[in-house]
Amino acid sequence: MRLINTRAIRTSWFRMALGYAVLLIISVSVLFGLLYWNTAVFVAEQTEETIEVEISGLAEHYQKAGLVGLSEVIQERSRGQRLSLYLLTDPNRRPLAGNLNSWPTASKPGDWIDFEYQRPIGSRIVEHRAHARHYVLPGGYNLLVGYDVQDQVRLERRMRGSMIWIGALALILGLGGGLLMARHWLRRIDSVNKTAREIMDGDMSRRVQLSGSDDELDRLARNLNAMLDRIEALMAGLRQVTDNIAHDLRSPLNRLRSRLEVTMMDDPDKEVYRTALVDTMREADELLKTFNALLLIGEAESGLDWSKLETVDLSTQTNDVAELYEPAAEDAGITLRAEIAPDILVRGNPNLISQAIVNLLDNALKYTPSGESVVVSVGTDSAGDAFFEIADSGPGIPASEYENVLNRFVRLEGSRSTVGSGLGLSLVAAVAKLHQAQLVLKDNEPGLAVRMSFPRLLSA
Amino acid sequence: MRILIVEDDTDAATYIAKALSEAGHVVDMAANGEDALEIASESHEVLIVDRMMPKLDGIQLVEQLRSDGVVTPVLFLSALGKVDDRVEGLRAGGDDYLVKPFAMAELIARVEALGRRKGTPEAQTKLVCGDLEMDLITRDVRRGDIKIDLQPREFKLLEYLMRNATRVVTRTMLLENVWGYHFDPQTNVIDVHISRLRGKIDKDFDKALLETVRGAGYRLNAAD
Repeated sequence: MRLINTRAIRTSWFRMALGYAVLLIISVSVLFGLLYWNTAVFVAEQTEETIEVEISGLAEHYQKAGLVGLSEVIQERSRGQRLSLYLLTDPNRRPLAGNLNSWPTASKPGDWIDFEYQRPIGSRIVEHRAHARHYVLPGGYNLLVGYDVQDQVRLERRMRGSMIWIGALALILGLGGGLLMARHWLRRIDSVNKTAREIMDGDMSRRVQLSGSDDELDRLARNLNAMLDRIEALMAGLRQVTDNIAHDLRSPLNRLRSRLEVTMMDDPDKEVYRTALVDTMREADELLKTFNALLLIGEAESGLDWSKLETVDLSTQTNDVAELYEPAAEDAGITLRAEIAPDILVRGNPNLISQAIVNLLDNALKYTPSGESVVVSVGTDSAGDAFFEIADSGPGIPASEYENVLNRFVRLEGSRSTVGSGLGLSLVAAVAKLHQAQLVLKDNEPGLAVRMSFPRLLSA
Repeated sequence: MRILIVEDDTDAATYIAKALSEAGHVVDMAANGEDALEIASESHEVLIVDRMMPKLDGIQLVEQLRSDGVVTPVLFLSALGKVDDRVEGLRAGGDDYLVKPFAMAELIARVEALGRRKGTPEAQTKLVCGDLEMDLITRDVRRGDIKIDLQPREFKLLEYLMRNATRVVTRTMLLENVWGYHFDPQTNVIDVHISRLRGKIDKDFDKALLETVRGAGYRLNAAD
């Protein structure tokens, strides 16, 4: 069994854990190295300083008291278990005084030397390490002043020993910690992957779990979920369109087919055939109208490319529609009033906006009784948003129905038989949605007022 | 007129050919863009081109023809009806764009309007139809000795009808060309405008010039 296989190296969690461990080991080593170096150097410097001070003290004493005086002091200081080491020799390195038996190692005057020496501790003799300086007194006498550094050596040795342990520990902690950390993050990423796979397998209702920490991953997950919600809504919309198309096209198609079939059942004369065909063609035309309206709603609802929208002069567009309808309104005995502020600009698709105005106006004229009036207005509201409004004085719509009216295919009770009439407002709603415009229905007392307000367009 | 239909749906092409023949035109057919490049000739006055075809599609065909210097008017037929699709078709060199499904009357009217366009002199300053005259510069409209006052839109409407005099003009053609709308308001708004115009140009005269063509549209006609 191989401990590390290549697949493990390629996965992110392994690389993350390894990186984390390496980083930890480097940090610990640097930190410990600094500590070790500081401590050891500091203690060594202290030792050398002490030795220097002692040498200069002894040299001074030699000047004052001569060789005999110096020997006495050295003999004095050499007694007992002190850690200081002394050796005074004649120019031929024969010992005169001190607690070392012989010159420990070859050296030149002024040298710092390190050596091992035999130290009696109780009844035993042990070898200790010492650090010393070789000094030459006037007259050629050699003086060695040193210090037992066995404790320092032991400290250093122990520090070096622990360094290995600490390194090993850092490696284990680093790897372990890195693994835990990497696993924590990657498990969350894996959960996103798992959700994605489940969705691809067809379960659109799946959503990525949030950890609740509101970190980057949570935000990513939230955005993904929002995106999925939107996609699901679009898909549901599409499904509804399909259902609606099926419903609104199948019934008339069936009617059409039945008529042809029944006409051919008995042996009709030419005139009967002709009537049936004319009726069939009229029905086909109505079907086409419905179909076109459905397509247009689909187009508006699917959302055009926002970048393809252009600056639309709402005032002109509305005015043109009002002008188109004015004769028809007059014929129906309805006063069509246009209260249009000039140069109101919005961002949008001119064709769809015109169509929305047409549909609303068409509707308004259809429901307004003769002798009454319809007002078409364009302007800016208190919030600075551009709007157009069509207000009729017909029977209006109960406030509770406002929501329903805007939904596709929902027709008010009783108007179901009027082909296509339900699509008009749905298209308006789709156009509003596409333009991120607000569509508001309100009571015109009497009648219905429909207002579409567009986000403010500051410059053309 | 001699007309070339380029359409891969042969059933549909046959129906169109039959309708155009009955309207008195001579029709050739091509089943795809490549064949059309071979068949198309100077003698064709209008090309009817389906947008989506195997091999060379409608857009590519028309671009090819235009770059070869062929200026024959082209009417695109398409199942794609979005504004962008229409713009793409016209930009490729098409002269008109009709979305499927369409009424035969609509197709014939548009084809005939396109055929006429070729012969119309560019710098025409005066339009005449019987005793109805329109001066495009002074914007004076007279019938016989009587001056007729028209609103700007009525003027545009009459101008379009006069430019297409003796031909059938459909409601959709009027909406597109006079009002610039590419959708169908599904009501009789155009009829009302026509009847107003009629009130001005025909009401006090013995002979009515503006006829309604059942199931198709309108026609300005001075002949009896």
